[in-house]
Amino acid sequence: MTARRLFLLSLALLSLALVPGLPGAAPGEGVVRLPGGTFTPLFGVAPGKATVTVAPFRMDARPVTNLEFRRFVLAHPEWAPGAPPPELADKTYLAHWKPAPGGALPFDPAQSRQPVVHVSWNAADAYCQAQGGRLPTVFEWEFAAAADETRPDASQDPAFAAAILAWYAAPTGAGGLPEVGRGHPDYWGLYDLHGLVWEWTHDFDSLRFGAAASRAGDAPGGLYCGGGALGSATREDYAAFMRFALRSSLEARFATAGLGFRCAYDATSR
Amino acid sequence: MRATLRRKWLVAAGVLAVLAFWLPGQPQAADLPTETAVLTDAPNVPPPIARTAPAKVVVELEVREVVAELSEGVNYTFWTFGGHVPGKFIRVREGDTVEFHLANHPDNKLPHNIDLHAVTGPGGGAASTFTAPGHKSRFTFKALNPGLYVYHCATAPVGMHIANGMYGLIYVQPAKPLPKVDHEYYVMQGDFYTLGNFGEKGHQGFSMAKAIDERATYVVFNGSTNSLIGDKALKAKVGESVRLFVGNGGPNLVSSFHVIGEIFDNVHTYGGDSVQTNVQTALVPAGGSIIVDFKLDVPGTFLLVDHSIFRTFNKGSLGMLKVDGKEDKSIYSGKEVDESYLGEKVLADGSRIASLQKELAKEQAENPKLQKLTKEILVAQGQKVFLNNCSMCHQPEGQGIPGVFPPLAKSDYLMGLAGGKNREALVGIVLNGKTGKITVNGKEYNQVMQPIAGLSDQDLAAVLTYVTNAWGNSAPSFTLDEMQAAKANVADPTKVKGDR
Repeated sequence: MTARRLFLLSLALLSLALVPGLPGAAPGEGVVRLPGGTFTPLFGVAPGKATVTVAPFRMDARPVTNLEFRRFVLAHPEWAPGAPPPELADKTYLAHWKPAPGGALPFDPAQSRQPVVHVSWNAADAYCQAQGGRLPTVFEWEFAAAADETRPDASQDPAFAAAILAWYAAPTGAGGLPEVGRGHPDYWGLYDLHGLVWEWTHDFDSLRFGAAASRAGDAPGGLYCGGGALGSATREDYAAFMRFALRSSLEARFATAGLGFRCAYDATSR
Repeated sequence: MRATLRRKWLVAAGVLAVLAFWLPGQPQAADLPTETAVLTDAPNVPPPIARTAPAKVVVELEVREVVAELSEGVNYTFWTFGGHVPGKFIRVREGDTVEFHLANHPDNKLPHNIDLHAVTGPGGGAASTFTAPGHKSRFTFKALNPGLYVYHCATAPVGMHIANGMYGLIYVQPAKPLPKVDHEYYVMQGDFYTLGNFGEKGHQGFSMAKAIDERATYVVFNGSTNSLIGDKALKAKVGESVRLFVGNGGPNLVSSFHVIGEIFDNVHTYGGDSVQTNVQTALVPAGGSIIVDFKLDVPGTFLLVDHSIFRTFNKGSLGMLKVDGKEDKSIYSGKEVDESYLGEKVLADGSRIASLQKELAKEQAENPKLQKLTKEILVAQGQKVFLNNCSMCHQPEGQGIPGVFPPLAKSDYLMGLAGGKNREALVGIVLNGKTGKITVNGKEYNQVMQPIAGLSDQDLAAVLTYVTNAWGNSAPSFTLDEMQAAKANVADPTKVKGDR
């Protein structure tokens, strides 16, 4: 028991520090503080209002990697491959990890710094709670993701939108993912919000067009046909349409290729 | 007592309800024979359904995001129902119960779904089939209405999903099937919006701006400018009948579907029941369809076009139906056309051709560049360029149209230029077009030829080599060096390109 607590403590310390084995501060490590603010997301603004307000928060500088997730799984065997029940993670959970003998990495070492994918919302949520955090909300994520390298909100710039759209338009493919933190940091110092993997959000199902629409008999306002345009803040932010469409296609147990996560923290915590 | 009566009444009602389910002509899905639908890629159509009673039909469709050729040397990331554009052709029978499975391949980036216009129900199945990557959905519908229906993806942004190729056709064969024909084919038009101009090589991304402006870069049949030309042309024989199931995925443009040199004997307007006979051009709405059939009376190559004709000349909406068989001069005097091309003047010119061939052999021996880019390679590439850009006027066999479009086959005008010292004039004609009177094989022509833009130097060399070496023509290959030199001389070719 004591040993386990010590182990957990050392894990917590490690997660605060750097990935072991990597010399010095690699780009995209640590947690970034965001001041929050007021902005207009594609969906979800309250009736009669034009904007939503996001409180100050902190966010991982980059997505969680396979190596980090492995460390979590070692400390929380209930999240080992094959362990969680199907209601919490479907059968593709950690499907890219292959069994390895002798406690070696259960994946190709080259994947260590690649973002972990094939994780369900439940697993991602458990991971973030173990780090003293939580998954970012949709609005926090969208607020952060509006930034390009020089501006906190580049969402109205067609060139910015086109670059994101180009990534969404290309298939995930079966090949390996790039490593995290390889591109340029954005205005806030965050990496990989665009162009690497989709990311889970805490309340991804708060705007469940798909399920809500099907429960209501495909009422207009679903993300289908012309209905998708109704209620949106702009009809030309195709990149945001795709993010909202992807989120509403998910359930908390889905462990999908190309879908990873990063954690967020309240501004006052930790 | 009261309770017992009530129970009896309930039992009676239950028996009646069960009886109602067993009424003839109203079989329930559980009682139906089950079969798996045969799905085909364009231009093929699943065989007619011989059944005379409803069945439960299982349809398995997989969404794949794939890179494929939109035009010669132009790649595009298509989102597809079944791996190709258009999606698989689905054939069921009126009254069938269709159990529909939609799989979204795990390598895909996006969620997808399907709205089948053959479905009676909200969204046509859109919400019921909304599927994350790496998942699979199922829903069931009854094919109440016979006809030819479009299906498409309806996930936001829906226009982009359709613009990337997510459409196909489902045919609900009427209980009383249409008359038998010799060939059934599947042709579906779509408009594409790329960042680069028409013909710009390499991988081309989707242009949201052009799509919203409805400014198509490509308008094609069956997902590619090359899908129905050359070896891939539709085929039939004289005396046979052909039925075309024609759809239009859009997303934006309405098609004026026409087959050059044929008249549709029957058109099922909008893919429904009403038949109009003897039609030249039929409208196919975006998200709509037609069924046409016609009997073939004479041989030849018949061109499928969108008669909004710039799309055919400049954007790719060109297909071919090749018909073999005996000529019927009482219907079409094809030979007369041949006679005007095979004038005595050209036939007597055998010695000149022989000397040109000798010249060619000499040039090939001397020019090392030519040896790599062989004439065979150039001719093969040139044929594709020709079919895409030139065959509409000059005709697939280079025979031209007397008095309107000059022939290239055995053309004294063409071969005179090709064999002379001023070969670069031919480059100028392709790049800048040609206006005014010329005399070809003794016949006068006075028409406007439009500039052909978007051709690389190799395309140019290939198409010139092809036309000067096909159909009995013979001339030395055109080289890349010649193209570069000629381009420097012809009037501002960049301006021609910029017109696009």
